[in-house]
Amino acid sequence: MSEPVSALGGASFTGFANVREIGPLGMVTLRAKDVAGLADAVKAVTGTALPATRRIEVAGDCACAWMSPDEYLLVVPYAQAGAAIATLNAALKGQHFLAADVSDARAVFRVEGDKAAQALAKLSPVDFAALQPGELRRTRAAQVAAAFWQQGNGYTVVCFRSVGKYVFDLLSSSAMPGSELA
Amino acid sequence: MLILECPYCGVKAEETELSPGYEAHLKRFGPGSTDEEFESYMFARKNPKGVHFERWRHAYGCGKWFLAARCTATLEVFGTYPAQSSEPPADLVAKIKAKRPDWKGYK
Amino acid sequence: MSTRLAKGGRLIDRSASQEFTFNGKRLKGYKGDTLAAALLANDQMLVGRSFKYHRPRGIVAAGPEEPNALVNLGRGGRFEPNQRTTTTELFDGLEATSQNHWPSLEYDVGVVNNYVARFLPAGFYYKTFIHPRPFWKHVFEPVIRQSAGLGKAPKDRDADRYEQAYAFCDLLVVGGGVAGLHAALVAGRSGARVIVLEQTAIWGGRAPVDAEVIDGKPAGDWVEAAVAELAAMPNVTLKIRTMGAGVYDHGYVLADEKVADHTPGDGRPKHRLWRIRAGKILTATGAIERPLSFAGNDIPGVMLAASVRDYVVNYAVSPGDRTVVVTNNDDAYRTAIALVEAGLSVPAIIDARANVTGELPAKARALGIRIEAGRGVAKVLGGKRVTGVSICLQAGEGAVVDEIACDAIAMSGGWSPVVHLYSHCGGKLVWDTVSAHFRPDAAKPPINHDGGAMVYAAGIANGAMTTAAALADADTQARAALQALGIAAKSGNVPQADIVTEAAMEAVWIMPQGAGPALKAKMWLDYQNDVKVSDVQLAAREGYESVEHTKRYTTLGMATDQGKLSNINGLAVLAQALNEDIPQVGTTTFRPPYTPVTLGALAGEARGDIFQPLRRTPIHGWHEQHAAYFEPVGLWRRPYTFPRSGETHAQAVHREVLNTRTNVGMLDASTLGKIIVKGPDAGRFLDMLYTGVMSTLPVGKCRYGLMCNEQGFLSDDGVVARIDEDTWLCHTTSGGADRIHAWMEDWLQCEWWDWKVYTANVTEQYAQVAIVGPKARQLLEKLGGMDVSREALPFMQWADGTLGGFPVRVYRISFSGELSYEIAVPASHGLAFWEACQKAGADLGVMPYGTEALHIMRAEKGFIMIGDETDGTVIPQDLNLDWAISKKKEDFLGKRGQQRNHLASPDRWKLVGFEALDGSVIPDGAYVVDAGLNANGQRNVQGRITSTYFSPTLKKGIAMGLLKHGPKRMGEVVEFGTVKNGVKGTLKARVVDPVFYDKDGEKQNV
Repeated sequence: MSEPVSALGGASFTGFANVREIGPLGMVTLRAKDVAGLADAVKAVTGTALPATRRIEVAGDCACAWMSPDEYLLVVPYAQAGAAIATLNAALKGQHFLAADVSDARAVFRVEGDKAAQALAKLSPVDFAALQPGELRRTRAAQVAAAFWQQGNGYTVVCFRSVGKYVFDLLSSSAMPGSELA
Repeated sequence: MLILECPYCGVKAEETELSPGYEAHLKRFGPGSTDEEFESYMFARKNPKGVHFERWRHAYGCGKWFLAARCTATLEVFGTYPAQSSEPPADLVAKIKAKRPDWKGYK
Repeated sequence: MSTRLAKGGRLIDRSASQEFTFNGKRLKGYKGDTLAAALLANDQMLVGRSFKYHRPRGIVAAGPEEPNALVNLGRGGRFEPNQRTTTTELFDGLEATSQNHWPSLEYDVGVVNNYVARFLPAGFYYKTFIHPRPFWKHVFEPVIRQSAGLGKAPKDRDADRYEQAYAFCDLLVVGGGVAGLHAALVAGRSGARVIVLEQTAIWGGRAPVDAEVIDGKPAGDWVEAAVAELAAMPNVTLKIRTMGAGVYDHGYVLADEKVADHTPGDGRPKHRLWRIRAGKILTATGAIERPLSFAGNDIPGVMLAASVRDYVVNYAVSPGDRTVVVTNNDDAYRTAIALVEAGLSVPAIIDARANVTGELPAKARALGIRIEAGRGVAKVLGGKRVTGVSICLQAGEGAVVDEIACDAIAMSGGWSPVVHLYSHCGGKLVWDTVSAHFRPDAAKPPINHDGGAMVYAAGIANGAMTTAAALADADTQARAALQALGIAAKSGNVPQADIVTEAAMEAVWIMPQGAGPALKAKMWLDYQNDVKVSDVQLAAREGYESVEHTKRYTTLGMATDQGKLSNINGLAVLAQALNEDIPQVGTTTFRPPYTPVTLGALAGEARGDIFQPLRRTPIHGWHEQHAAYFEPVGLWRRPYTFPRSGETHAQAVHREVLNTRTNVGMLDASTLGKIIVKGPDAGRFLDMLYTGVMSTLPVGKCRYGLMCNEQGFLSDDGVVARIDEDTWLCHTTSGGADRIHAWMEDWLQCEWWDWKVYTANVTEQYAQVAIVGPKARQLLEKLGGMDVSREALPFMQWADGTLGGFPVRVYRISFSGELSYEIAVPASHGLAFWEACQKAGADLGVMPYGTEALHIMRAEKGFIMIGDETDGTVIPQDLNLDWAISKKKEDFLGKRGQQRNHLASPDRWKLVGFEALDGSVIPDGAYVVDAGLNANGQRNVQGRITSTYFSPTLKKGIAMGLLKHGPKRMGEVVEFGTVKNGVKGTLKARVVDPVFYDKDGEKQNV
């Protein structure tokens, strides 16, 4: 089989904030609520606790994000997505849940630098001063859906794969040198 | 441009993050219903100047539908609550009655 | 003449000279000048021509209220019309040209309108050019368009970039004068998140110009200290060159930041539109001085009194050597004093008030200035420039009592608070009889989401008309806003301004009060749209009693300045004409933006490649490399065809169809919607969603399904696959995936929330490749890895496996009537899989095909296409799809709707095929005509074309369409109405079975 190819093959842009595509990452949509053994199943896959509302729990290369009251996004290395689903299927067997591989359905970017938030503040109606560390915000980036959270010296931005180029171009345009907001 | 607080995720979402779903608390009429019942379900929408109950979806957020009570004239928002509600919560109804003594109820 | 004074000028830097051009003339100004100041310094008072009469017009104001001094700025990709010189910062190399004149500013042919002005009253165009009707479009309008209009629209693509940004705060302060700064200090010191907007590049507003004294020091020093303190606060953001454009619901404010207007081409965005969400908004927007209406008040050299002061004090520019001041209030005396203190001559102050008392007049008297109390202007003398003024008794009819030579007139009719932002979102105003202006009514503010006040007006914008009162009011309003925000305000002192006692103004609207028609016809209210006192009076006489109607009839206040100078004066004239009080007549509605916002800023980043999101499949790049011609499908771009060199698109499409029918074709079907539906109630749920039964579908099998909306109309279709006991995969149309997923969630969340069903939209997880044609199986066998034989994988089944080493799910489904496999692979491997198929199929004659070949092949088979055969008014029964509608189910979405008598009628138009008798392609959308005419005299119709193509397979035109009683009329010849080159005609066609090709389905079932 071929090597997996991310939406933009690792494109990058250097501006007042730096933008680069990362991935592909392993991603699993887990839909479940009030299911016995949920926290243990997630822990087995990502090594994290089950996140509280609007939070993301990160452990090394893995993470688990709260997406809605009955939906989590599990992030693992790309090659481990299949195993992650198998683990969930085994752990939650017989209960009502849905685990779907969405590793290939996403494009993921890092926006880094002291002024990374300024690049995002041009695209999303989000008060970055009020965004907590460890908070995942699902919103809109210009005309498409996006989610991001603060991590390290910047933000990780997730969008749909088909609009990966649009979002990359948006971020690059927003990070254009000379267009700093402050 | 409105701001509504999503009762599921707590985000104070602005209108561009939401999609509208029009009147709330409609009763679905399927096969076996009379023409009048079906008409009421399908077409007979309220258009009040004042308190109104609406469906909204946090489309660019958690994806959940919720219901909102607001004044169509002043855009005052009285409250939001989950879509899994057959009728507005009692405390919300009380709050609206206190603010709008002339309000005749949601039905 | 107007000129630069030898010294002074608080805003200019005389060491930094800047060169610019006006109409090609090279001129010099200083850093800190506005373009208007620099023009005046070069004695360029005449800057434009008026809109209707092409009268010479000069600079009137010094701020955003300027109605006349609009110019074209820049050239090429940076050309901008209608730019106000009074708010344009001068920069080295600025190029400006005047507009609305021909052939030149000094000699304008259009001025002939001025001499026929009495034939061009209000409503002239409406009255004159209405008959004969066709003349308007072909004769009158082109001529009027040629001679009217402001600047020209730019021709070149905008060379600049624009952007938008979101910002959030507790308190947004609009206006950086002393009131706004003090309000910001109160809020900032209390820990609130504050944003302060100032539309100019300079903090402080009027107070420093007027030499006010605050807390014992010059206002300028106070401003400097306040700005320094605010700048040091981490919770305060200061923004200059940022105009608060509009206030909208729930604390939403748009503000236009002119980032690089004064530094064009430096790489920064030209403008940035701020989308601010504020807890509360405080408008400290000051006031705008009103002109006075007297004959000739539009002659260049007649200016607003405070603006004259601005030019003298801020830029050391004198508008004239001899300036006569005309006023109805004390404030204008400050102008006279400033002029005299600058060494200029003020021959007289003409004051409409009979009794002139107060500190400022006393000071003027002490300086030796002649004060003419109880007098008015009979007429301004001069043409392209003021040469003098004749004065009269204000109480009289205009008999001249004296004539004074002068080259400038500074007029003041009082001040109107800038209430625009307070009013945008429903805030009400009250009429203040003392100051004769509208000011915000604190009892009826615009309402916020919580039912409380959203906007607080403060300072002069709130009618607190002195610096001392404005500072006190700003303190009060800021504290009220903080309290409403739930923020404890820190106690502190209100800055104390030295009090200058001013006597009351007198509401004088025209001079002299008894002026006759001849004078009134020379009194301008709206300079930009050329509306005079006589026009408003005419409107009143003709029955336009409402100010909103008068405004539209006369165009008063409808120019780009939106009546900043003219609205109140026009309203007062209308009220007088109607013999009513001003508050009874009411004011017009204020709408955003406060001053024009360029379209570039509103578009923001959305241009060029990011004008809108384009969705790309994982194979998109391959299509681009292979010269695909794309078509939009929703936001997707899909290959329409892959033309080879020398081929037309039609030839390419035909080649693709024939090759697929004889060899093997490949289609990128990745855009197809794919939604997983899982749970104990998933079968029951899908039975409600689809017209057919999905719960009984065996695992491993596929079934075609239709979805309807609750009205019963067909909304989407696709193949459903049963994955395991409680999991289904629903395919939707390419454009329908998000909509159908949302539709599913709507029903699950809002109606059947106790049903145990989860959905996941996995459309983009998979690249999907259709391998289609008689050699499709051979191609897959060459890839190898799984059994794709007829026995192992029959029609309408699916199987997981590997092909060429790729993990795949293979669906045996067909939209072409051929042997066909749709293969889903993870998107990250989509391109590699596509290329592997291309390679494997090379000696089988494989070719990619696009959406048009797909459409033709499905039409040859009589398969319907959502959006072609359906348009939101078509039910499945119309398309003879009764076989896909369960008769057994008690309920499904749309079932009740379909039972309505109109939809159940036997007379509905139903799907059939059509073949033109001459074999041609019937025009798309053509109607089948019927006997007789309808009420509009048009032919009755009985059907229409929904899909029509030339079939390369059958070598003739084929079409599908809806026809009344269609299926019962096979073989009948019907007539279509056609229009060719504007000529109406008819085309005869035979009604046939819509399945044109391989009626028994032998080709797909091999």
